[in-house]
Amino acid sequence: MEIAVVFLPLIAAMVAGFGRKIVGARGAEIITTATLGLCAAMAIALFYQYAALGQTSMIPVLGWINSGNLHLSWALRFDVLTAVMVLVVTSVSAMVHLYSIGYMHEDPSRAKFMSYLSLFTFMMLMLVTADNFVQMFFGWEGVGLASYLLIGFYNHKPSANDAAMKAFIVNRVGDFGFVLGIFTVFALFATLQFTEVFNAAGAMHSARLFYLFGMPFDAITLACVLLFIGAVGKSAQLGLHTWLPDAMEGPTPVSALIHAATMVTAGVFMLVRISPLLDLAPVARNIIVVVGALTAFVGAAIAFAQFDIKKVIAYSTMSQLGYMVFAAGATAYGAAIFHLFTHAFFKALLFLGAGAVIHAMHHEQDMRNYGGLWKKLPITYVLMWIGTLALLGFPPFAGYFSKDMILEAEFAGINGFDQFAFWIGTLAAFMTATYSSKVMFMTFHGRPRYDLDHAHDIHEAPLTMLIPLFVLAAGALLSGWLAYDYFVGEHHALFWEGVIQPKSELILDAAEHDPLWVKLAPTLAGLCGLALGWLCYVKEPDLPAWFARKFAFFNRIIENKFYFDKVYGVVFASGAPLVGKLLWRYGDQGVIDKFGPDGAAQASSFLGARLSKLQTGYLYHYAFVMLTALVLLIAWLLFGTRMGA
Amino acid sequence: MIPAGLSVEHFLIVAAALFTMGVLGVFINRKNIIVILMAIEMMLLAVNMNFVAFSAQLHDLTGQVFVMFTLTVAAAEAAIGLAILVIYFRRLGNIEVDDANQMKG
Amino acid sequence: MITQIAFYLFSTVLLLAAAGVIFARNPVHSVLLLILCFFNAAGLMLILGAEFIAMIMVIVYVGAVAVLFLFVVMMLDVNFAQLRAGFIKMLPVGLAVGGVLLAQLIFVINAWPHLLASPHVPIPNPADINNTAALGQVLYTNYFYVFQMSGLVLLVAMIGAIVLTQRHRSDTRRQSVAAQTQRTAVDTIHMVNASVGAGVEIPGDVR
Repeated sequence: MEIAVVFLPLIAAMVAGFGRKIVGARGAEIITTATLGLCAAMAIALFYQYAALGQTSMIPVLGWINSGNLHLSWALRFDVLTAVMVLVVTSVSAMVHLYSIGYMHEDPSRAKFMSYLSLFTFMMLMLVTADNFVQMFFGWEGVGLASYLLIGFYNHKPSANDAAMKAFIVNRVGDFGFVLGIFTVFALFATLQFTEVFNAAGAMHSARLFYLFGMPFDAITLACVLLFIGAVGKSAQLGLHTWLPDAMEGPTPVSALIHAATMVTAGVFMLVRISPLLDLAPVARNIIVVVGALTAFVGAAIAFAQFDIKKVIAYSTMSQLGYMVFAAGATAYGAAIFHLFTHAFFKALLFLGAGAVIHAMHHEQDMRNYGGLWKKLPITYVLMWIGTLALLGFPPFAGYFSKDMILEAEFAGINGFDQFAFWIGTLAAFMTATYSSKVMFMTFHGRPRYDLDHAHDIHEAPLTMLIPLFVLAAGALLSGWLAYDYFVGEHHALFWEGVIQPKSELILDAAEHDPLWVKLAPTLAGLCGLALGWLCYVKEPDLPAWFARKFAFFNRIIENKFYFDKVYGVVFASGAPLVGKLLWRYGDQGVIDKFGPDGAAQASSFLGARLSKLQTGYLYHYAFVMLTALVLLIAWLLFGTRMGA
Repeated sequence: MIPAGLSVEHFLIVAAALFTMGVLGVFINRKNIIVILMAIEMMLLAVNMNFVAFSAQLHDLTGQVFVMFTLTVAAAEAAIGLAILVIYFRRLGNIEVDDANQMKG
Repeated sequence: MITQIAFYLFSTVLLLAAAGVIFARNPVHSVLLLILCFFNAAGLMLILGAEFIAMIMVIVYVGAVAVLFLFVVMMLDVNFAQLRAGFIKMLPVGLAVGGVLLAQLIFVINAWPHLLASPHVPIPNPADINNTAALGQVLYTNYFYVFQMSGLVLLVAMIGAIVLTQRHRSDTRRQSVAAQTQRTAVDTIHMVNASVGAGVEIPGDVR
């Protein structure tokens, strides 16, 4: 059944993709959605088997590489972590498939879309069921490919094509670090299979040094940092985050599936998967904590200045990913996965709800043209509030349990970095509440700012789009409360056995003993943010503009997304061609060509011109030359070869 | 039969000197082409003298037989060379050496 | 003794005449000095006992080749050549190279080991048979093919000289076989419709 759950989406993708002329668009939709639904059901069964019963198994599928020291095979590894991820991926993917039937029903190439969605699901499942680093990398690259295909789905739009390329290329930069990390791991342990690597790491008695460019590094720290760079790319952490907002060019179901619930969480998954290695590298973990915290802050800050509803949610995703990452950095792996779990539900809910609003407003995405929609879209309104409250971390919604756990664990952390992350995280929670409530108030409350002539066209989404919303809302409501005990609560050590080393989870236990104000702080921050949002967008609509004028400097920074895109554009996008041009003009042409082909050609024509002057046309010149040659030849014969003397 | 008091080197040196004169005549002269042809004839003469000298020294008639043939060839070549010179003169109107630079490259 | 004096006399005049051929200004003088060269060379060959060769040389070289040269010199409008500037420039270098060549040749001559006399065709005793007869005995027997070949060479030279210097007279008719075989009706026949009693205009390009 494990093999089925992983490979059925691939088969569905092939059928829907290559056979779309045969089965038709409707057939493609039905095949892929039904397959995913089946996989989700199987995932629930597997979840029970592996998570509830705590089994672990490795299912070999095919042999792969046997070269020298390197022995790899395609194998599926199933344990608690895998089961959780498989459940998340298949259930959210199934909901997105169902939703897409309604959302994309006007699109002529929707069969291709469904097949891409299923392909993505297969790749993500390969990633999470990977038994070794290289198989995980296969899934890693595969989801990158599927992301490219899906972001650039509206390929008549040049902005979509650019966004797809940007996503792929920025991810590639992260992948480069990931690959280097794989090489380091192999150099250290001579194996790439997870169990073997972790056992060998645990058995290491002293820190090994690795020499890179002649400088010594602690080997495991180096490996972890390099692998983390891959996570920075995939999970849109600060530095390689620029692709995530632009990825909103893709259709909304894509944003929900890939850029909220699954692909971007692959980085977090990877960090938890290598938790035995991370435990041995405190320096790497500190770096991870700092990067994650900064990401959380920057994402929330930029979200303030965005008016596109999808972009706000995208930056919100970036911010929440920062939370997950710094939780992993503080060894609170269970909390990170818990937040991943709950976030998948409520963020997908938010995206799909936004999709419903966009669908109702005929693809208008600017919130400044919304307003007062709660009367027209009541169901969507309620569901979006559920998602928002979950995001804010209000009890008893799911986000409360997971986000609070992360922040409490940070506070209980022993070093300054964790404390820093706690304060930043709390501030980010406040900011999250503010901009999330901004979305809700601007979209649904207040006076309508849209063209009233089209008002009668606005209607609720069809049932195929609403059912997934209901399911996800149920998840947003219940998942936190139900899973709390197992992921991070009393039974967490037992739950995560085999995946996370027991000693690394001590922080979760320590978090239990945090003072009360720490446990209440995130909720308080959320409430304050909500109040501020209500103040700014309902009571005094001029307040945001006043803030923008007062803090014009900060406002400008935020509006320009902290200038990351501009800097990258100048340094890399312009800089690389400039370097290339310089090297071409002066290096290639100036040196190599000049002394090579061009130089040789010039030299030969120059020599030819000079030598042709020897051809005077006068016979006696020629005869003279012949005579001179004869004389020299005789002289050489006589004296050179000692024939005469 | 080389007479007493003389040796083959005498004749060979004379022939060498004549040959050198002929060579000089080819490229020192700047007057006209006929001198070149005459210089060639001088060179052939020197060669013939060499043959005869060796024939006398080695008591071998083969040298003299060969002289017959080189004589023949020299005569034929002089005829053809002068014929070419005549047509060349018809074309250009003079036989200055300096004007014969058609092979200029 | 006499032979030595003769030798030195002949060789001196020979070399002086050779120099004269090159440096003479009047081309007719060049030719006459060349004739002198030939005579002296014949004398040297006489000293060596090759009288047939000497006489043949006089007959062929002087009588034919040198006369031919004279004809051509007379026929062509050869001017008294002024001493050119290039002549002076070229002279030292040329003399130097020529001198080096001569030195080398002499060096080689002196250093060459003398070969043993093992003649292929030994020269018979001149008391028994003279040089001419001896040559005749060898030429038409051993070297017969080469003899015929040299005849062919002369034939070719003759034909070559005639063909090269031939002038085409414009008023002689000659035959061009290629043009004849390529002739078509268009070139030869010109159809004219003539009415009875009226004449026909002969077109101008008919001969």
